[in-house]
Amino acid sequence: MSAVPLKISGVAKEFTASGRRHAVLAGVDLEVAAGEVVALLGPSGCGKSTLLRLAGGLDTPTAGSVLVDGEPVREFEPRCAVVFQEPRLLPWRTLARNVAFGLPRDVTGDRARDEVAHWLSVVGLADFARHRPRQVSGGMAQRAALARALARRPGVLLLDEPFAALDALTRLRMQDLLADVQREAGTTVLLVTHDVDEALHLADRIVLLGASPDGPASVRLVLDVPGALPRDRGDAGLAALRSSLLGELGVRTPAAVAP
Amino acid sequence: MTVPHIGRIAAGALLPAAILVVWQLAASAGIYSAAQLPPPGEVLSALGELVRRGELWHHLAISTQRVLIGFAAGSALGLTLGGLVGLSRAASAVISPTVQAIRAVPSLAWVPLLLLWLGIGETPKIVLVAIGAFFPVYTTVSAALAHIDPHLIEVGRAYGRRGLPLLATVLFPAATPAILSGLRLGLAQGWLFLVAAELIASSMGLGFLLIDSQNTGRTDVMLLAIILLAVLGKLSDTLLGVVSKRAVTV
Ligand SMILES: Nc1ncnc2c1ncn2[C@@H]1O[C@H](COP(=O)(O)OP(=O)(O)OP(=O)(O)O)[C@@H](O)[C@H]1O
Ligand SMILES: [Mg+2]
Repeated sequence: MSAVPLKISGVAKEFTASGRRHAVLAGVDLEVAAGEVVALLGPSGCGKSTLLRLAGGLDTPTAGSVLVDGEPVREFEPRCAVVFQEPRLLPWRTLARNVAFGLPRDVTGDRARDEVAHWLSVVGLADFARHRPRQVSGGMAQRAALARALARRPGVLLLDEPFAALDALTRLRMQDLLADVQREAGTTVLLVTHDVDEALHLADRIVLLGASPDGPASVRLVLDVPGALPRDRGDAGLAALRSSLLGELGVRTPAAVAP
Repeated sequence: MTVPHIGRIAAGALLPAAILVVWQLAASAGIYSAAQLPPPGEVLSALGELVRRGELWHHLAISTQRVLIGFAAGSALGLTLGGLVGLSRAASAVISPTVQAIRAVPSLAWVPLLLLWLGIGETPKIVLVAIGAFFPVYTTVSAALAHIDPHLIEVGRAYGRRGLPLLATVLFPAATPAILSGLRLGLAQGWLFLVAAELIASSMGLGFLLIDSQNTGRTDVMLLAIILLAVLGKLSDTLLGVVSKRAVTV
């Protein structure tokens, strides 16, 4: 499937826990163009995962609308593929069969086998095709989960901190890999992350989600990241953006305190 | 067969061998009379006698047949009803209180009613075994399906599975280990209920052998019947274990 746009307008989400209503999101507006990569940044617990779930049709908003390619998102939207914060592989299947779980229904037989082999090698797991999830590391499991999502060839790829559990080196490699895959397939990507550098490296735009104290969260800031993808990690031009982002997130950096 | 495998079998045979020795000692020390506790040798010759008269095979075959048919029927019903109750809250609300109440009825309480309704042929025995096998299967299957990790179910749905495909690719595989142990429990309970049925109304089978040996004062045959029940129960459980291990690894 080719990339499709995602439009979130006026979205609010409340949860009811033990009889008490708890507003998590309110008035969230966010547009992601077809083929664009948007990183969603924000403090822990501000509702990033919740927003991603709404975009994938895993949950319904209390108010507002989510449009995928101009149509209202359906329950468990087939045009989206989600990589959850945890790998969530099916423990009784091998990695290869887990990746196959993501294939579209009409891909079968030899084509299915080729696709699975392709995506496994893309994420560097070709030698572990027949391993079960409990026989591989957490990082490898998360890569298999990414391959499962890619195998679906989604119009919108929804990633919930997919690399947070990886060691620093693997994370850098996986970021480059995601950038390559995204460029090749042109998929629309909404990427939730805690990592400012990851956002700066991968995203066309960065959306900062934040809450007023105790209130629901909404979009606080939208930043265009200058420079074409793929971006150089050492790009000095991004340093200023980086420290202002960190400042917004409440982290003091030498650059941010300097006059 | 590997060396550790043989070692395990040897370790498992240790206790029966010890029991045999103690049994022999107790019998020859004269603590009990020979009518109360015949030595192992006499039990062995009772076995030979039954084999020679061709009776043993009949008893074994009919008991095994009753257990197998009853277990098949009871576990099939347990899987179906347990699946329904585990997957649907509405079905659970309607069905589970009644099933739990019926479950509280002791096995022997069924016997008079089954005899009254179904006569004294094979049917009441098989039905009683089925009742025995049903409950453990029903309970474990419904509990296992109701407690599957919701994260995995969400993955199934997010990747386009619903209804039967969701059942086949996520729910059932996730519950398989619990279902298999439920089947083993059901088989064991099938044997328990079989003896209850055969004790009361039958002219063949291991339960009949028990009650008949009591009436004729043949303690050696009584001990033999008990040993045979133990061996058959263990054997069928092992077989089911092997079969299910195969089923899981394919
Ligand atoms: N199913 C739910 N029921 C009730 N409350 C929920 C539910 N899901 C999320 N919440 C609440 O919504 C808020 C936001 O949760 P969410 O998981 O979206 O945060 P997050 O930004 O992804 O955090 P993190 O960065 O730590 O993953 C939290 O306060 C959480 O308690
Ligand atoms: Mg989250």
